[in-house]
Amino acid sequence: MTDLTGACMLTGALLFAVGVAGFLARRNLITIFLSTEVMFQGVILNLVGFGLRHGQLTGQAFALFLIVTAAVEAGLALGLVVLLFRRSGTLDAEAWSRMRG
Amino acid sequence: MTGSNRLSIVAAVLVWLARAGPVWARGPRGPGPADWIGIELEAVMFYLLGGLAAVCAVGCVLSSRVVRMALFLFGALGAVAGLYLLLHANFLAAIQLIVYAGGTLVVIIFGIMLSSASAAARYRARPAEKAAGAAVGLLLLAGLVTAVGRIDWSEGIAAAPSAPTVDGLGRALLTTYLVPFELSSVLLLAVMIGAAWLAGSGRK
Repeated sequence: MTDLTGACMLTGALLFAVGVAGFLARRNLITIFLSTEVMFQGVILNLVGFGLRHGQLTGQAFALFLIVTAAVEAGLALGLVVLLFRRSGTLDAEAWSRMRG
Repeated sequence: MTGSNRLSIVAAVLVWLARAGPVWARGPRGPGPADWIGIELEAVMFYLLGGLAAVCAVGCVLSSRVVRMALFLFGALGAVAGLYLLLHANFLAAIQLIVYAGGTLVVIIFGIMLSSASAAARYRARPAEKAAGAAVGLLLLAGLVTAVGRIDWSEGIAAAPSAPTVDGLGRALLTTYLVPFELSSVLLLAVMIGAAWLAGSGRK
């Protein structure tokens, strides 16, 4: 069996870096959310790759919980985005910069 | 084509993927020329699908329209599902297609439609923000790639992993990972209530 762990790590690193760049560079709230999904993909790929390398199911089990978390995040985040849009009429992240905490 | 017809085709493809995955990903057993070809095919497929995922991810981050971004994300999700098949994670590949591509992406499309007045509007980022994002992304990528490149991956490989199956995963979820499994169901319930409340609170 070929060892695909290195290739897995590289693909995961690429996906995560692309997601981080999009997260920082874009303004649209939905766009920012989609970038986090790309980052999630990189992380899950790493988990599955390491799980296969060690011949264990731990990686896949954690990947499943991550997918659940991502689905939960999608539901809540998009609910909030729609709520914010109804309130301010814009999806620009800058519009909410007056929130201080 | 009717809706149920389409659904049955999708279901058939999913079942085929779940069954065919391990057979061709594992390759024929025992040493021999066929085994070598199987190994090479595995690596080539991995790089092809990984490249597709990367291209889709870059397109997702760079494209200016939100709907196009969602479509690119769909491509990336499909490619990563293919990678899961190559990594002997058949169940995860099916779950990825059902939950992510089927569920999360539909929720995203709904979110885009509900804020449709601004879907066409584009929010231009300042050049400085774009430069900062690209710089941080490239720096992170360079760091990760050098870190990965330094490791000798041929060391310490587990003896041919006993192909992780749905059976084993189900057992692990209901024994070793019972607490997180139950917690995630509680989390899903809480989010369902929370999302319903959020949707209702805007209407007053």
